[in-house]
Amino acid sequence: MVNRETTDLGEADATRSLRTPAIVLTRGVETEALSNVGEADDPQTVFSVRGLDVHYGPTIAVAGIDLDIPARQITALIGPSGCGKSTFLRCFNRTNDLIPGAKVSGSVLYHGLDLYGPQIDPVEVRRRIGMVFQKPNPFPKSIYDNVAFGPRVNGQRKGLDEVVEHALTRAALWDEVKDKLKKSGLALSGGQQQRLCIARALAVNPDVVLMDEPCSALDPIATSRIEDLMVELKRDYTIVIVTHNMQQAARVSDRTAFFTAEVRDSGDRVGVLVEYDHTETIFTAPSDPRTEGYITGRFG
Amino acid sequence: MIGALFCCAALSVAVTVGIVLSLIPPTLEFFTEVDIFAFLTGTDWAPLFVPAKFGVLPIVMGTIVVTICAISVAVPFGLGTAIYLSEYARPRVRKLLKPLIELLAGIPTVIYGYFALKFISPFVQNLWPFGDSPGVFNALSAGLVMGIMILPMVASLSEDALSAVPHGLREGAYALGSSKFEVSTRVSVPAALSGIVAAFVLSVSRAVGETMIVLIAAGGTPNMSLNPGEAMQTMTAFIAAAGTGDLPQGSTGYKTIFAVGSLLFVATFMMNVFSNRIVRKYREVYE
Ligand SMILES: Nc1ncnc2c1ncn2[C@@H]1O[C@H](COP(=O)(O)OP(=O)(O)OP(=O)(O)O)[C@@H](O)[C@H]1O
Ligand SMILES: [Mg+2]
Repeated sequence: MVNRETTDLGEADATRSLRTPAIVLTRGVETEALSNVGEADDPQTVFSVRGLDVHYGPTIAVAGIDLDIPARQITALIGPSGCGKSTFLRCFNRTNDLIPGAKVSGSVLYHGLDLYGPQIDPVEVRRRIGMVFQKPNPFPKSIYDNVAFGPRVNGQRKGLDEVVEHALTRAALWDEVKDKLKKSGLALSGGQQQRLCIARALAVNPDVVLMDEPCSALDPIATSRIEDLMVELKRDYTIVIVTHNMQQAARVSDRTAFFTAEVRDSGDRVGVLVEYDHTETIFTAPSDPRTEGYITGRFG
Repeated sequence: MIGALFCCAALSVAVTVGIVLSLIPPTLEFFTEVDIFAFLTGTDWAPLFVPAKFGVLPIVMGTIVVTICAISVAVPFGLGTAIYLSEYARPRVRKLLKPLIELLAGIPTVIYGYFALKFISPFVQNLWPFGDSPGVFNALSAGLVMGIMILPMVASLSEDALSAVPHGLREGAYALGSSKFEVSTRVSVPAALSGIVAAFVLSVSRAVGETMIVLIAAGGTPNMSLNPGEAMQTMTAFIAAAGTGDLPQGSTGYKTIFAVGSLLFVATFMMNVFSNRIVRKYREVYE
């Protein structure tokens, strides 16, 4: 029985890389939204963002973003502080919904499915699209319960041991914690906590992992471990990462989007996408002078 | 300045110690006249009659019954209110609702007492589902209204504990595909548990110590019964009733008041110690 659970997991992982994951984002099964599945022009595109604006109350935070996120690659979002990178990232798993007054307009297609469509259940969206935060935020529970949290919320009762081990292994943390799974997640070091949070996100078998400055609270060794981990994970997962660390973007990402804050005539500061290209291009031959200025450290 | 502030702190400690010390001599004298074992296990309570009976259990029972009634209103509704306020209510609703709920705590207890007697008791009498309908004076009406009185305290303390849970924990749970309800019950409430248990214990202490409502609405008859539909006397109601009567100082009846007071004190003190233990064992510590 134990073995069967493990194989199930293994199979799920193997098939993941072969086909577009089954998309069930709505609570009801037969819904209109589902019929849109498969209409994406390019199966390699996970997110397709068009004309995206985000408002916080009356003020606009980011405006007019168009961008496609490719599958199983690492896309880095860079730019000066306050230009709306986190705001933009939160649009991908509808965590902006949780902020009172935040409003998202424009379209975000996920495998061709409108994430903000009327049929979409944001809770389902977040199950498919995981997130790791800037500050490690393990629950004040045991390491085991942290990782098992997502599967339990999803109604899974059996085979949790295997899921926990698998997720911790993927997050390169298993060897360090396998003897103390009952210890509190908060008793770990900062870097271990962040890997625990990554394991926790992986345990629900997401399709995409969003990371908002996942290494900013970590030392260089812990950072490089997480970077190695990201490169390892991109074989199976699509990763979008916000980072302030230019070297990190250059080291790990396949594509880089550079954002900046423009001052409008009205005096508002609005985040806009300046340039989006292969990371190598952005770092060696950027086409916009603002990108070049930021990358060479003259600005931001 | 520091000296003055220290005096403020010292004063409250001194008063507490003073009260406890003043309980001791008459209590000790009482137990030279009445056997302590008979006191703690006796089921007849008539200390002011002739022949006097000093079995304290009936009024202990009354206290327990009324407290259970109160807690079963205050804790679920108070906790529900707190969860609603901290997890669900929009900021504007919360700003409006919280002071309104806290207003309940400012109503004088004598008003609650008559509310229990005049408004709740008729309901209890009419809706009583088992057998004979209770009398006007019954423990249930007093307990229910006491629960309403304590509710704001439970709600307010629990809400404070819930609001202190770092927002990042909730975000983390949402990001794993938790619904709002799951975030509340699996992350916020467990993380705030020590504060919530503290609120629970305080509310039990309040219920055990509340006097006026029971004095007015529960009837004044010591009653060795678990049926909340009957009239009962609690320890506090006994103290208040006996203390306002004209008992000659130094009589055994007079010392009874102090003995019951000491028993109340020991009971609430032990409860606090016990709950501190529990909290330390089960709380989920977050940074
Ligand atoms: N919850 C919020 N309520 C109101 N305004 C917000 C909120 N979050 C962000 N903003 C505003 O939106 C703009 C973009 O913020 P955001 O946090 O997305 O920037 P960022 O690029 O992630 O910055 P940093 O690099 O410092 O993390 C800022 O002007 C900020 O003040
Ligand atoms: Mg940010």
